[in-house]
Amino acid sequence: MKQVPLITREYRTIDYVSGPLIFVNNVKGASYGEIVKIRLHDGEERTGQVLDISDEHAVIQVYEGTRGIDTDVTTVRFLGEPARINVSPDMLGRVFTGVGKARDGRPDIIPEAVLDIAGMPINPTARDKPADFIQTGMSAIDGLDTLVRGQKLPIFSGAGLPASKLAAQIARQAKVLGEGEQFAVVFVAMGITHKEASFFMRDFERTGALDRVVFFMNLADDPTVERLAAPRCGLTVAEFLAFTHNLHVLVILTDMINYCEALREISTAREEVPGRRGYPGYMYTDLSTIYERAGRLKGRSGSITQIPILTMPDDDITHPVPDLTGYITEGQIVLSRDLFRRGADPPVDALPCLSRLMNLGIGTGKTREDHRGVADQLYASYAYGRDLRRLVAIVGEEALTDLDKQYLKFAERFEKEFITQGDDDRSIEKTLAIAWDLFSILPEDELKRIKREFIKKYHPAYAGILEG
Amino acid sequence: MITGKILRISGPVIIARDMKGSKMYDVVKVGGEALRGEIIRLEGEDAVIQVYEDTTGLTIGEPVQNTEQPLSVELGPGLLSSIYDGVQRPLPVLREKSGDFIARGIYAPGLDLEKKWEFVPVAKKGDKVIEGDILGTVQEFHFVHRIIVPHGVSGTVTEIGAGSFKVEDTVCTLDQEIRLSMMQVWPVRIPRPHKKKLDPILPLITGQRVFDCIFPVTKGGTAMIPGGFGTGKTVSEQTLAKWSDTQIVVYIGCGERGNEMTDVLAEFPELVDPRTGLPLIERTILIANTSNMPVAAREASIYTGITIAEYFRDMGYDVALMADSTSRWGEALREVSGRLEEMPGEEGYPAYLATRLSAFYERAGRVICMGSVDRNGSVTVVGAVSPPGGDFSEPITQNTLRVVGTFWALDTNLAYRRHFPSVNWIKSYSLYLDSIGDWYVKNVARDWRELREKTMYLLQKEVELQEIVQLVGPDALPESEKAILDVTRMIREDFLQQSAYSDSDSFCPVEKQYLMLKVIMEYYENVNVAMGRGVALRQIQALPLKTGIGRMKEVQDTKELQTLIDDIGSRMRALEVER
Repeated sequence: MKQVPLITREYRTIDYVSGPLIFVNNVKGASYGEIVKIRLHDGEERTGQVLDISDEHAVIQVYEGTRGIDTDVTTVRFLGEPARINVSPDMLGRVFTGVGKARDGRPDIIPEAVLDIAGMPINPTARDKPADFIQTGMSAIDGLDTLVRGQKLPIFSGAGLPASKLAAQIARQAKVLGEGEQFAVVFVAMGITHKEASFFMRDFERTGALDRVVFFMNLADDPTVERLAAPRCGLTVAEFLAFTHNLHVLVILTDMINYCEALREISTAREEVPGRRGYPGYMYTDLSTIYERAGRLKGRSGSITQIPILTMPDDDITHPVPDLTGYITEGQIVLSRDLFRRGADPPVDALPCLSRLMNLGIGTGKTREDHRGVADQLYASYAYGRDLRRLVAIVGEEALTDLDKQYLKFAERFEKEFITQGDDDRSIEKTLAIAWDLFSILPEDELKRIKREFIKKYHPAYAGILEG
Repeated sequence: MITGKILRISGPVIIARDMKGSKMYDVVKVGGEALRGEIIRLEGEDAVIQVYEDTTGLTIGEPVQNTEQPLSVELGPGLLSSIYDGVQRPLPVLREKSGDFIARGIYAPGLDLEKKWEFVPVAKKGDKVIEGDILGTVQEFHFVHRIIVPHGVSGTVTEIGAGSFKVEDTVCTLDQEIRLSMMQVWPVRIPRPHKKKLDPILPLITGQRVFDCIFPVTKGGTAMIPGGFGTGKTVSEQTLAKWSDTQIVVYIGCGERGNEMTDVLAEFPELVDPRTGLPLIERTILIANTSNMPVAAREASIYTGITIAEYFRDMGYDVALMADSTSRWGEALREVSGRLEEMPGEEGYPAYLATRLSAFYERAGRVICMGSVDRNGSVTVVGAVSPPGGDFSEPITQNTLRVVGTFWALDTNLAYRRHFPSVNWIKSYSLYLDSIGDWYVKNVARDWRELREKTMYLLQKEVELQEIVQLVGPDALPESEKAILDVTRMIREDFLQQSAYSDSDSFCPVEKQYLMLKVIMEYYENVNVAMGRGVALRQIQALPLKTGIGRMKEVQDTKELQTLIDDIGSRMRALEVER
């Protein structure tokens, strides 16, 4: 990185302003990605970042919006450094704006370090394999799509579905079995309403976790472009806490759809060739620079686990934002409107859910030896039961064989007893016990996904024999 | 030395002025930090450059220096078990230099230049050698690394060494003036030459039933695995990398997850090749350009990988190359093309997407290698494709389909019900069935093809029957068709499904694959015969046979499967018609 120049260069050559962008002419020696300060006619100062430079002009995105900027008296000062944030462990319990300024009326923090918010890619050889099972206390997650420390597992929600409640419950209950807690939460709000933000705030307060949380708040009425910086600021702090101060950091990013909208806004203002649905072609790369900042490093005890929340427009999982997210993250938890209406709480639709790292966190010594088989069997049986529902809608239940009727019952009870749990905090043993209880509905021959020895050991039908 | 200066910076693309004399695809050093880049367009004296590293902090007017060399890789002993980024920088060395995060402007040679290797000469003084001839060998783990005469070189051996050498040391002199070392440098965008392409007639054995038995790919063939997220592309690629019967595997993680590469790195040293008993990592080269690493290097990673694959092919070995995912490579093309403000083709991809894709896949093949003695080598390419929204009509899937021989379509619905590998048996196909028929007859069984056709017929029939069931319910079907549904369920659950994580079943030998299918088909034949005698389906279903068939995957001794076939026959024959 270049030295900060002694003479600050100030320009009054704004050529034109378009949406969140300003174009400054005849800029000399500006560097790509550097931060600028923009002083308006009334003395207000705003922050921007260089997106594109040539010998003719520099394109700058203004974080706080371009309202009030003119092409006459507004001045632009180039700072010669990339976007940075002051970090310190004292940030725990504090609230900041999307660009890292104090938002809670308390004084600025005294920085322990000043870090580039763009971060650097983790060297794949430096990564340590995620391995610790996180017990979230939610059967739908622990049993079927286990969360592992260092994983990035998004929640795909729909408008009006209780994703926030689920995320808050995970944050509240998550623990690694048999370990003292050295955890912190980084909560990044992007364009969510005040109501949602205060829901999280209250929930953290109620559980006494508030002073372990760093908030980055960009609410729905805050400047759009700031949303592009918010997750990067949050993750920079998370990396600092995890890899310098050895904390286990859970990062909640909500709502990623608003982030992508902001990205699209900038892209359109730059008149770039649009990709699908007007989102820029580089959105995959851009999102990956956020999501990939999760994981563990060899030789350091901290970790970053990410739970991004995104609202699928019209519940469409093939929409570019959930689609690209799914391609980067290590699985997904999907909420379903259908199950929500049926009263499932949380309304997790098990079938499209997935945790790619599950196998690293389950099995002997971590959860229980039969976990993999149980999860596979639950999936297979529930999927078959769901298929039958469609059939029943056409031909009626009488047309089914006895076996199929058992499957139908299985699917029903699976949703009512396994998925639904309300505010319960279930241990993994409890979750597996419920699963085995459900298996007793089906004939033993149907349990093909589970090894015979485990059936003999855990199936309720054999419980009596062992005791007797 | 051509030196220009930066005129414009836009993401990974920069424009430099005063670059007169530069050639397309020359490698340049950009700015004070000497970031590597490659010229991708020339406009008068301006050169458009894609930079392999993050361009943040570059300033207008900084110098751009042309190295006048194309992007190349270093080939020689030391490649095996390495892990590189997209432009062959060894990641462990980068870690030593810049810590856990990859900083910019670091350079490291692809091969370890200090390490000494034991060179055993094969050519003798006075031998006349031409391009591709073997000069000697180096033992790399258990692998015999053949040192071959580089491209465009021939002559009489006047001196040849034996013993310990570094890769850059001269090991052989031709005509007293041409000094050859163990290292070669090859530009990645140019295919390495070979004498002749051969027809693919040998199957690539992967130990996966749905691949080997149903939709096989050949050594030197090409295959694609498209599928939406969560359908198991990466698991399939990794499974293939683990169990393919080739001597060398090149695995390219192109724009994918960092944790997945860690997984491979952690797992491969511990896994052993079922054929040789050696650690898998010893035959593997990893190229990791994760999604958050610079986009231009991602574009290059595919070429880096295939050039390394071709190098081992030229020694006369079989190589399998896994590219996960070619969509990310296509997106890198699109991103750079967008920055160049090129006229977009379909979905914003550049119009030359199809040309690039087919040129890449055509580098696969079984060939006669260069050299005075004929050797055969092959490169098999398996590319994963990540279609947006799982929609196969998108440009990358469609353009790849036109050039590959085997199509393994992964299916979201199958993945949802945890049917893995989630290969859709109706949509997938293999164009190699005819060419490898002979091999199967000779090495597996005469009736393999027949069995396969019958299986496919039944699975196709199942789709039709399911449609009827959806309309009128299962009761409306005649007994014979209910029997078909019974059997196809067996095919799906007890044959096609194969867990990559199971100890006993993640690798299934071809003989066992054949027998498993034979058991199910034998069951079907016997059901037909029995029902022809008037036995009711209910009676057949009551037989205790399904458990045995359902547990076939766990069986290690193939004799048990033979017994099962006999058992099926005798029990069915013993059924009496109910009056």
